[in-house]
Amino acid sequence: MLADLDRIEQQALKALEATQDETSLEIWRVAYLGRSAPLMPIFDQLSKLSKEERPAIGKRANEVKRALETAYSARLEALRQSKLQQSLQSERLDVTLPGRSIPIGRLHPATISMRNVIRAFADMGFQVYRSPEAETDDYNFGLLNMPPNHPARDMYDTFYTSMPSVSLRPHTSPGQIHVMRQYAPEPIRAILPGMCYRYEQVSARHETQFYQIEVLAVGKNITLGDLKGTLGDLAHRLFGQNIRTRFRASYFPFTEPSAEFDFECLICGGKGCSVCSWSGWLEIGGCGMVHPTVLQNGGYDPEKFSGFAAGLGTERIMMLKHRIEDIRYFWANDMRFLEQF
Amino acid sequence: MLVPISWLKDFVDITIPIPELVRRLTMAGLEVEHVTYIGLPLPQTSASGQEAALDAVGTNNSGLAWEPDKIVTASVSEVMPHPNADRLVLCKLYDGEREHVVLTGAPNLYPYKGLGLLPKPLKVAYARQGARIYDGHQPGQVLTTLKPAKIRGIESYSMICSEKELGISEDHEGVILLDDDAPVGVPLADYLGDAVLDIKILPNIARAANILGVAREVAALTGVLMHIPDDFYQVPAEGPDIAGKASIEITNPELNPRFVLGLVQDVNIKPSPYWMQLRLKLAGMRPINNIVDVTNYAMLEVGEPLHAFDYDVLVQRAGGSSPTIITRAANPNEHLTTLDCIDRALSSFTVLVCDTAGSLSIAGVMGGAESEVFEASENTDNNTNGPQDAGPSARTKSTSTILLEGAAWNNINIRKTVAAQKLQSEAAFRFSRGVHPAMAERGVRRGIKLMRQLAGGVVYQGVIDNYPLRPADPVNELTPEDVERELGIKLSVHEIIKILQSLEFKCELITDQPPQVIIRAQTPDYRLDINDGLVGKADLLEEIARIYGYDRIPETRLTSELPPQRSNPTIEGEERIVDRLVDLGLQEIVSHRQTTPEREARRLAPGTPSDDQPYLRIINPIASDRVVMRHSVLNSVLEAVERNSRIRQRIAFFEVGPIFMASEAGERPDELHRLAIVLTGPRSLPGWQKQSDEVMDFYDLKGIISGLMEGLHIDFLVEPAEHPTFHPGKTARILAGEQQIGIYGELHPLVVERYDFSPNPVVAADINVDLLTSLIPDRYNMQLVPAFPPVLEDLAVVVDEEIPGGRVAGVIKQAAGRIVTDITLFDVYRSDQIGKGKKSLAYSLTYQASDKTLTDNDVAQIRQRIIRKLDQELGAKLRA
Repeated sequence: MLADLDRIEQQALKALEATQDETSLEIWRVAYLGRSAPLMPIFDQLSKLSKEERPAIGKRANEVKRALETAYSARLEALRQSKLQQSLQSERLDVTLPGRSIPIGRLHPATISMRNVIRAFADMGFQVYRSPEAETDDYNFGLLNMPPNHPARDMYDTFYTSMPSVSLRPHTSPGQIHVMRQYAPEPIRAILPGMCYRYEQVSARHETQFYQIEVLAVGKNITLGDLKGTLGDLAHRLFGQNIRTRFRASYFPFTEPSAEFDFECLICGGKGCSVCSWSGWLEIGGCGMVHPTVLQNGGYDPEKFSGFAAGLGTERIMMLKHRIEDIRYFWANDMRFLEQF
Repeated sequence: MLVPISWLKDFVDITIPIPELVRRLTMAGLEVEHVTYIGLPLPQTSASGQEAALDAVGTNNSGLAWEPDKIVTASVSEVMPHPNADRLVLCKLYDGEREHVVLTGAPNLYPYKGLGLLPKPLKVAYARQGARIYDGHQPGQVLTTLKPAKIRGIESYSMICSEKELGISEDHEGVILLDDDAPVGVPLADYLGDAVLDIKILPNIARAANILGVAREVAALTGVLMHIPDDFYQVPAEGPDIAGKASIEITNPELNPRFVLGLVQDVNIKPSPYWMQLRLKLAGMRPINNIVDVTNYAMLEVGEPLHAFDYDVLVQRAGGSSPTIITRAANPNEHLTTLDCIDRALSSFTVLVCDTAGSLSIAGVMGGAESEVFEASENTDNNTNGPQDAGPSARTKSTSTILLEGAAWNNINIRKTVAAQKLQSEAAFRFSRGVHPAMAERGVRRGIKLMRQLAGGVVYQGVIDNYPLRPADPVNELTPEDVERELGIKLSVHEIIKILQSLEFKCELITDQPPQVIIRAQTPDYRLDINDGLVGKADLLEEIARIYGYDRIPETRLTSELPPQRSNPTIEGEERIVDRLVDLGLQEIVSHRQTTPEREARRLAPGTPSDDQPYLRIINPIASDRVVMRHSVLNSVLEAVERNSRIRQRIAFFEVGPIFMASEAGERPDELHRLAIVLTGPRSLPGWQKQSDEVMDFYDLKGIISGLMEGLHIDFLVEPAEHPTFHPGKTARILAGEQQIGIYGELHPLVVERYDFSPNPVVAADINVDLLTSLIPDRYNMQLVPAFPPVLEDLAVVVDEEIPGGRVAGVIKQAAGRIVTDITLFDVYRSDQIGKGKKSLAYSLTYQASDKTLTDNDVAQIRQRIIRKLDQELGAKLRA
């Protein structure tokens, strides 16, 4: 009987080796481990064996059974592995083919730039307001310390309209008056983003309309140093700690002292190019301490309050950031431009 | 303004390199936009040490450096004819080293031809062999190197130069003839070399629209003292007293605060010396003759525009007696022909300078042609054919008696006149920005002094001066606390006074109110930009900041109190709309807001009511296609789609922005905010895999509208509508309660025809953003996430074709109550089997209770209720 067991084991293992897939393996399992497997009659006969023979035969029969079961598991695992390997081998993609394009939405680059600036100022406690694009001459000029025929009006190439004394705002500064009149005598930290208009021949640097953001802080003990610090912080927020900025004296009727705020031209690295008019600097905006007359027009006592104001061009900032060499891209809305942001 | 450095050096020592000077001026508000180097070497841009400094300057440089060993001064002792050419001459020239024979065709040497040895040698600018100069015969500035050549049989290797060849001006009519006292054999750059700063004169810096003014700024900024000669304004006292030679009547001192006259007899009119001609050219003016040139030169130098009259003509007009100068406003319908030969209708505010015989000039702007007086300084801008052509150069008289006018005019009035007459001049440029009346007398004295120097003659003693309105030069008080409060820097009393004194403010200390120490500063009598009171204090603070240096002011952070924080629902609401649409896969655009009514009319189908809302028109449009402010954001987006349809198949754009309605009643036009969405082209982007070739239609847009409204948590309804922009069968309006939020649909075929679109359908929406943002709820409640399993069930019903699907869903919803939490249409089906004029709508229903698991029986009851209700209300039958 022991010889039978040896033979069964050898036969079974040999047959096992011949199995090539899970189906033939299953047939093998039924044949050698199933109810009608050749091992089964031996187990059935165990009880009929003598006390002397039984332990050895029984032990050996169990051994063979375990051996076959172990071999079966190993074979099953091997077959699965080889099947997996095969399928992994055959299932190959050309990963260099393009992916599926998914239609996605995007903000206009001018909005992106404006939001970046708004976020930076919002973090410094400034709140957003809006004022009209078509303004009265009084708000555009008069209340900003530019009475009719003031020489400084020459600085603003303005579009005039069919409504008497309404012009398209050439800057966001009239918003200063709106905000001050609404909130005096509270302290103010406001930003006023919006479209401005200038009668200007369109070129790589100039558009007839452009976004500006007005910055206004009014309170006690606000200094020119605070203005420099605030705009310097903005530059660092937008362009990192290494951006060079320049703050030079200038003139606006509604601020005094007044300054021009320049960022180093990143397009040419300060060497001079067509975008920066070969100056190496990009004028980001004008700024200064709010003029006493304007504070008064807004309802604040200039002896108690001081403030600063700035008007920054946000397309300029975007141009600086992405080396956009022509401002005319902005309102042309060419998808080949828009899709890049 | 063009400022030659050499001229500045007459009044101030320049102790720093030009790029550094340029930087300091620019930082102090006198922005140097360009530097033209005349012969002097340009700053090195490549040398690493210089680069940083240049970057900081950030100025555009240009010019030609004259090589010191190759371009030198020389003398010509004889001008000989060329043996083979009439139009060429040979010059015997000494360049400090040896004698050369130099060939030239300069017409201004012809008069000396064949005169033999000249009694006074001519001084010239000489370029030796190998010198790099500009080619005089080519337009623009083309560099060339002098090489030996044979011209008409004569050897030529060097050149006597014209201004064009040296980059001084465009003049190539003749060679430069230097003044007689010029040295011989020295590098020309040492003798004539210069750098010309082009300074942008801002309105508040008008006092520096002259050499003296810029020199003062340089002195203050570099910490050196001015050196103005003691006799700068001093007229030699040699002739008879001027009293009685003329009189002045001023009718309105507000408009003409001062009028000053000086008189020089028997001046000799001739060309100015080269040094003066050169300075005028470098400053952008054209030399005419010594009298005209002096008026221009003195104006450029001290800032007071001058006007020279031929005294004899005035006496003649006065019938032989001494002339009376009258300044007055123009009479109604008065005309004057100015020197540019234009007959000008004068406004009532225009001030005229007249004599008893009539008007002589438009005060402070331009002289008159008719009065035949001696034209002088008030010419137009340098590059045009100025009125000088009609002036004294045509005159034959070589001596004359000059009555020289210096006056003060109200700058606002001059500005109005310039605008009304569209007439600019160097004089008007200055007067319209304000010239202090004190300068009138100084200008006349400086002009008379230069005239005497250049044209000889006898100067009458004194000036005739009518000065009815003296400006009060403001006195302001300032403390170190003021400086700290506004500028954020601590300066001592001493430092503040030092800065103010460098700008020639007279300062005194008020110490009788301790502990306060007050600085009292008297404004110098050539500045009109310093006010008094609070504004005056701000004016002084600006001066202190400028001279102290903006770059030295420390950067600090705001320490002042924060204002109360408020929400801004309008702006925040708009931002949510924009963000939601981007999330829904749309591209935001921003368009030009100026357009034409014709462009916008395209959005309405022909034969439908046109846009009769009043436009806000632009009075001074920049282009013929931008004459009004838009009425329609939709048209803006349609135009953007039109342009992009040439490059893209699939377009999904939106824009949020204002439209403008002119208002009769309001102070401003109405600015209304609108949202326009336009979709066209394939639903999916092109690719290499098999995909749907369906194009976007009404329902794509409806999906976006629903997505937008759900994102904003606004309950809305949609119903069929009609609109001139849209296809009558494919249009819907969006309602919130009774209010129409917007309209959308497929464009009317007749509208599509009016644009240049690709052939796919175009769907669009036009939505009222103002209304939409006002409807966004402040808050909304979260819906419970169900804890019990839902029951899902499909329900297909057959209804008449005319019954809108929306009504079917409505009835289901109404009948089902709260237990049905979702009703999704998944199929619309028509067939003969169902019947003609019928359609089948299949819905997937979700039954969901919040407090228990629904049983089959629960669901069956609700289903029966739905079916019954559909039958009762719509005659709908369950589909078999």
